[in-house]
Amino acid sequence: MWDVARGLVEQMDLIVPTPQGLYCPAGDFHIDPAAPVARAIITHGHGDHARPGSREYWGTDVGFGLLRERLGISAKIHKLRYGEILQFGAAKVSLHPAGHVLGSAQVRIEVDGEVWVVSGDYKREPDPSCAPFEPQKCDVFITESTFALPVYRWPDPSIVAREIFDWWQQCKVDGVCAMLCCYSLGKAQRILAELKIHTDEMVYLHGAMTRLVKLYRDAGVLMLPTDVVTNQPKNFDWKGRLVLAPPGASGTPWVKRFRPLSIGFASGWMRVRGSRRRQAYDRGFVLSDHADWPSLLRTIEETGAKRVLAMHGHTDALVLHLRERGIDAAPLELHHGASPGALNAATEAAAEIAAEAGALDHMSNNASGSTMDQHSELDFSED
Amino acid sequence: MKRFAALFATLDETRATNQKVAAMRRYFSESAPEDAAWGLYFLRGSRLKRLIAPSRIRVWAAQATALSEAVLDESYAHVGDLAETLALLLDTSGRAHDDDTPLSIWVQRLQALREADETAQRAALLQWWQQLPMLQCFLLNKLLTGELRVGVSAGLATRALAESAALLPALVNERLMGDWQPSAEAFRRVIAPVAMAATAPSDIAPRSAQPYPFCLANPLEADPAGLGAIDEFCVEWKWDGIRCQLIRRAGKTFLWSRGEEMLDGRFPEIEALAERLPDGCVLDGEVLAWREGQVLPFALLQKRIGRKQVGAKLLAEAPVALLAYDLLEWRGVDLREQPLARRRAQLETLAADHGLIVSPRVLAAGWSELAQLREGSRERGVEGLMLKRLDSPYRAGRKTGVWWKWKIDPLTFDGVLVYAQSGHGRRSNLYSDYTLAVWDGDALVPVAKAYSGLTDAELIEMDRWIRAHTREKFGPVRSVEPGQVFEIAFEGIAASSRHKSGIAMRFPRIRRWRRDKLAQDADRIETLRALLAQADTKIGDSSVED
Repeated sequence: MWDVARGLVEQMDLIVPTPQGLYCPAGDFHIDPAAPVARAIITHGHGDHARPGSREYWGTDVGFGLLRERLGISAKIHKLRYGEILQFGAAKVSLHPAGHVLGSAQVRIEVDGEVWVVSGDYKREPDPSCAPFEPQKCDVFITESTFALPVYRWPDPSIVAREIFDWWQQCKVDGVCAMLCCYSLGKAQRILAELKIHTDEMVYLHGAMTRLVKLYRDAGVLMLPTDVVTNQPKNFDWKGRLVLAPPGASGTPWVKRFRPLSIGFASGWMRVRGSRRRQAYDRGFVLSDHADWPSLLRTIEETGAKRVLAMHGHTDALVLHLRERGIDAAPLELHHGASPGALNAATEAAAEIAAEAGALDHMSNNASGSTMDQHSELDFSED
Repeated sequence: MKRFAALFATLDETRATNQKVAAMRRYFSESAPEDAAWGLYFLRGSRLKRLIAPSRIRVWAAQATALSEAVLDESYAHVGDLAETLALLLDTSGRAHDDDTPLSIWVQRLQALREADETAQRAALLQWWQQLPMLQCFLLNKLLTGELRVGVSAGLATRALAESAALLPALVNERLMGDWQPSAEAFRRVIAPVAMAATAPSDIAPRSAQPYPFCLANPLEADPAGLGAIDEFCVEWKWDGIRCQLIRRAGKTFLWSRGEEMLDGRFPEIEALAERLPDGCVLDGEVLAWREGQVLPFALLQKRIGRKQVGAKLLAEAPVALLAYDLLEWRGVDLREQPLARRRAQLETLAADHGLIVSPRVLAAGWSELAQLREGSRERGVEGLMLKRLDSPYRAGRKTGVWWKWKIDPLTFDGVLVYAQSGHGRRSNLYSDYTLAVWDGDALVPVAKAYSGLTDAELIEMDRWIRAHTREKFGPVRSVEPGQVFEIAFEGIAASSRHKSGIAMRFPRIRRWRRDKLAQDADRIETLRALLAQADTKIGDSSVED
């Protein structure tokens, strides 16, 4: 179901955008479909990539536990090792590490010697909780562009981990609880793994995180010991403890028990002062599971791709920049939803964050339920 | 600047007032006086005059970062703040080395740059950009563009300084009044112990020009009957002019605005009057455009505000007067601790002797009669009523329970959102600054720009809508489909040749998001023109150009 007027061009494309998501006509499968399809290849377990309802799924063996958690007990999921090649019709398909979260993958598709790679979400910084990104040579590279603006440039994650640890220690000195907001899948486990070189102290988790942390432990990721907040006795002394919670928790009554407390937020968006200040967190830590601007450019160069399609996020700036450098680049818009491709990732994240910060109280009269929906998805959504 | 940058970061990060004060106190006591002086200057909200146009800075930044201006503009539109955008773009790795150059030296360097030619300016900037760590680079850019805003109030900064010098905040505030220029010497004077400051000879001369800290009113939201009996108050109209202190000391006249700007030379009518006043006399009052006992529209006063030289024509067209409402100093004696009733009586005597106009008392038998009088405010060209306790001393700042302003409800219209721009500071990277239009035939004509009035959640919702319904982008500005209607409140309306619509509004702000209205339900230009005509009739025969 694609645009008839552009049919000629797109028949030569190995991957085309459809209302259900990215589709490979030669192999008759979708990648991270937005709606139920017959055959779905899933790059990773975040809620906006792994959705239930399709007939059959393929994903990495490492990420299997997360996919099962996400897709439900009855979903038919096939496990693939990184690099293992499957034949779908005329297409040879394989999954390769993307460095985003545990078991995350890029999808490599080869038809008659032509190679396309769909990056999924990825980052290039070292992460003790998942396998590092492996660049794949290709003719066409479809890249995420969540943070595709030159202002996004990540500090060394080991330095950020040190900052988080120092903040925690300062909270001990000040006699307050350190509550760190971060996404439940990926970021929380990455932080628990990064902090391991600094301490072996217990960290307390919001209930939404416990199963996901266990899945990481089952996969062999080494992390600080954890316990659930609600397991602690009523008069438990929270001073100097580190608590991890999804961003949605920060504006709720659940937080009261930790007072006095200092609230931090770990996210790539914390790089910009406006995002940091708007949410009134005490501390912002710049830590993202997505590629920053230099990583995007470096990765595109390493793939050797002659053509680059940018999706999800700040596609405009990336496309402009690549074209200025003679690369055939274009935005790839998925034709689903009411406002095709117009929603900007930063705004979405800002909306989520503000909603999480308790701003929802003011919105009870609003006709639009969009922010509410996002709120309910938060525990699984990435950055 | 390293120390100032660290202070800025702390102020930016902490929400607790006590911690902010503690951080500033540390800064003042640990910095050299010349740096503390500049720190104080910026903390109190003063800025350097803009040194280099942002458009030129953008071009050089594109060269320094090897990014095209188009990509730079995308970044700017996202971040919403030029100084920050550049600091983030220039923050390349391997540049952690420090810079210990003091703040005062940086200010000197920047001021020297003002006289330099473009090549030298560019060379200096490119070098500094390469050399400074990110936060200092951000602050440098802020100083360059004359936009530095630190997230504390002038009062809080004054309090912190007072605490670090073990002085009363009121005293420090008084010493900082007027056109305070930062230097090591000036800073030492501000923090000098009480006895020394009074005897320092260098201190006496400039002091004669110094105004007292202004007493400010709190808005009255509740029923005034809750304040007590009406005869405990001096009730006046709330004038819509320029709040001023007129100082006559040692044979000289000084006129200060509430923003502590010296207005000398701009209002010869008032200076002529001041010459007849005895020495050691300080009046608090309002400068208004005024003719034959009648206040004229603010738009006429506005013509005088920007002018340092006033021609005969303008003097005739927009005559001004000072309406005095308080007497703070008389024959060199500070009257501020005396009750208002006494000060007012003295003022009235003085006025009779020297031809001063005193803001008249509004007399009413009770609160309900007063409420009725207040309803006629707009016809009189005033903003409502002032209620001042007759037994109150003249307090510095906005002390609750001394002066109340009881304003009338603003005028409103329903406008359609046509342009949106990203905001600054807390709102950078959100489209939060709106241009609203009304219908003129089938066309939408922009009439007002509004920045505030929505909750954070509403702003974010609108931001998404704006991004999804953008027609065109012009740098940080987007034109959008006409689909959102807002009720806009404003304080006054005047004819203007500078606006396409021919209309200028005072203090427009968003009052309500009219989700119930469609674009076609918004107001028409005729409605605003009718309001304008009403406003004009009050001017009588005096001509309004534009």
